[in-house]
Amino acid sequence: MQTREEAPGSVRLGHTQVLESESIFVFREVAAEFERPVILFSGGKDSIVMLHLARKAFAPAPVPFTLLHVDTGHNFTEVLDYRDQTVAALGLRLEVAKVEDYLADGRLRERSDGTRNQLQTIPLLDAINGHRFDAVFGGGRRDEERARAKERIYSLRDEFGQWDPRNQRPELWSLYNGKHKPGEHVRVFPLSNWTELDIWNYIAREQIPLPSIYYAHERDVFERDGMLLAVGPYSQPRTGETAGKRLVRYRTVGDMSCTGAVTSTATSAEQVVIEVAASEITERGATRADDRASEAAMEDRKREGYF
Amino acid sequence: MSTPIQRQLLRLATAGSVDDGKSTLVGRLLHDCKAILADQIAHVQHVSSSRGTGDFDFALLTDGLRAEREQGITIDVAYRYFATEKRSFILADCPGHVQYTRNTVTGASTADVVIILVDARHGVLEQTRRHLAVAGLLRVPHVVLAVNKIDLVGYDEAVFKGIAKDVSQLANQLNISDVQAIPVSALVGDNIVERSPATAWYNGPTLLDYLESATGRDDTSSRPLRFPVQYVIRPQTDDQYRDYRGYTGTVASGTVSVGDEVIVLPAGRRTSVSGIDRAVISATGTAVAERPSAVAGEAVTVRLADDLDVARGSVIVSADSSPGTRRELLATVCWLSDRPLTVGARLLIKHTTTTAQAIVTKINGALDLDTLGVIDATGLELNDIGKVQLKIAAPLAADPYSSNNITGSFLLIDAHDGWTLAAGMIDDEEGELL
Repeated sequence: MQTREEAPGSVRLGHTQVLESESIFVFREVAAEFERPVILFSGGKDSIVMLHLARKAFAPAPVPFTLLHVDTGHNFTEVLDYRDQTVAALGLRLEVAKVEDYLADGRLRERSDGTRNQLQTIPLLDAINGHRFDAVFGGGRRDEERARAKERIYSLRDEFGQWDPRNQRPELWSLYNGKHKPGEHVRVFPLSNWTELDIWNYIAREQIPLPSIYYAHERDVFERDGMLLAVGPYSQPRTGETAGKRLVRYRTVGDMSCTGAVTSTATSAEQVVIEVAASEITERGATRADDRASEAAMEDRKREGYF
Repeated sequence: MSTPIQRQLLRLATAGSVDDGKSTLVGRLLHDCKAILADQIAHVQHVSSSRGTGDFDFALLTDGLRAEREQGITIDVAYRYFATEKRSFILADCPGHVQYTRNTVTGASTADVVIILVDARHGVLEQTRRHLAVAGLLRVPHVVLAVNKIDLVGYDEAVFKGIAKDVSQLANQLNISDVQAIPVSALVGDNIVERSPATAWYNGPTLLDYLESATGRDDTSSRPLRFPVQYVIRPQTDDQYRDYRGYTGTVASGTVSVGDEVIVLPAGRRTSVSGIDRAVISATGTAVAERPSAVAGEAVTVRLADDLDVARGSVIVSADSSPGTRRELLATVCWLSDRPLTVGARLLIKHTTTTAQAIVTKINGALDLDTLGVIDATGLELNDIGKVQLKIAAPLAADPYSSNNITGSFLLIDAHDGWTLAAGMIDDEEGELL
């Protein structure tokens, strides 16, 4: 699909095409320079776009990376089904690191608030160390959150997965430096420069299928902290909160216990684009209770090795 | 709503000394462009009031790290995204502390426009000179001089003109051809998005007007072809792609078309382009479709007519305009590390898709920020801009940075721990510093 804007006397690529080419470049760099790269794939929209770009980067050959999902045990069934169907259809290898295994044998304990996003860090680091992955692709975008705005495209992590924002390598031009010592690994964010709107425009343009919960559907929800949470095994209305059927869609898909829905009538990517463009609230602000914990919630989690 | 797909992308970077108000300017720009959403504003209001600062602190929109908020400084480059009806923008918000100059170099390396802030009360400082030198060295096409806190000097035209004149003299010495000076107050909002009635004597553009009309880096699709090979695709599957062999990469400059006569460096073998492929993705399969050509900036896969030894690190160039290869380089470097550089140092160089060993054979001087001349130097320290001579263990297909910022740029890397030590730009034949 060629959408070039013709300025007088020059050929300039459109915004989406620039982003796409830059992401593909990153996938190819990593494939060439690392031994054991892995893509974090949850079946959420950002990881779906990542996988789509990786397929483009290596066509007609298959994607030369393993997939990894850190499963909180609180995932939407639609998303897990999508994940498994995709992996099967493309003949890829999927590793799953389960938070529940860690809860079962006592290596981790449930938090008092019942959410599990914070519990993903240790299973993730164990999986990275166990499989000796040296490059880990994440779908993080710099527009998502204040601390993520400071991320490099190549983010070096020590064996504890720690991120030190004061000591990041300079990253110039498109010369990505993947050199690292044994035991270190690099987190790679090929979608760094994409915004939520860019992602939806791309999904619409490329007609990428998504799990159904990204589009308007009727669901039993209740309101808490200004968010609509689904009535389900991991979140129940408390006294004073009333549940009711609403037409909603999800802007982000994470742990069911702390991922909120937004009211929506959008049934296609094109309609979501219009809603996102008109939205007055950011994606995480609208839907993620776990980022509201403190002024620097995400920064703290990243320092501990979270994405 | 116009579809963003039709928009052009412009990359900006901010620079300036500490406390010049960069974070406030960026916060104000985003806020006045309606790029800040309700929950972010609520967050800033909450933090501002809990700290007793009372007023809405625009810097909190951008300073995200705990230490930044506690100390009121910006520590690392933060990237911001905003769009207007006309354009979409990626903004690299770079810190002003001298120890973070490397971040300014980072931001400027991809910028179409660098916005340098100067405090109207203080005028040009060493950091201003340093950032102008960096913008000149990295050949950023446009520089905006934002004379900030103009409200604190009583909107005095003479103060503005004096600073603009100082900077334009510096810019001349540094080969910066385009400087637009704008009197602003980030705190009040003067001339950022809204024209200020308090500066009736100024009839130039507001900051946003300027950003919406500035041209980006020169379109390089009409220059000679440079195509560094990143990765070789050989599916070796049992289908129609059994014998497929494609060379992936992003066109660094020029246009590549099927049938073009090309040379593959460093071997120097001549061949022609037999196909250019783009991916075709379906629910279950991945195929390729042919296309007639590709231009600078596009990530594609190229097939060649002859079965040559082509691998990562090869560069496919136009047959009638080959840069040849070199194993010695004269270059200007920004030294980004607190480990000093000395003659004889053994490092790694990363140039396009080649990483090779290199030895620093000479240091030909460093830039004196006061005189903007080159002074003798036996070594380079953190934040120094210097001239070096390098000997490289592999032949590089290199151009001067002035004619190609991809094949003309490189990194120097510490072979032991992988740290990025320097950003390098290959000199012209004349070897002029800036």
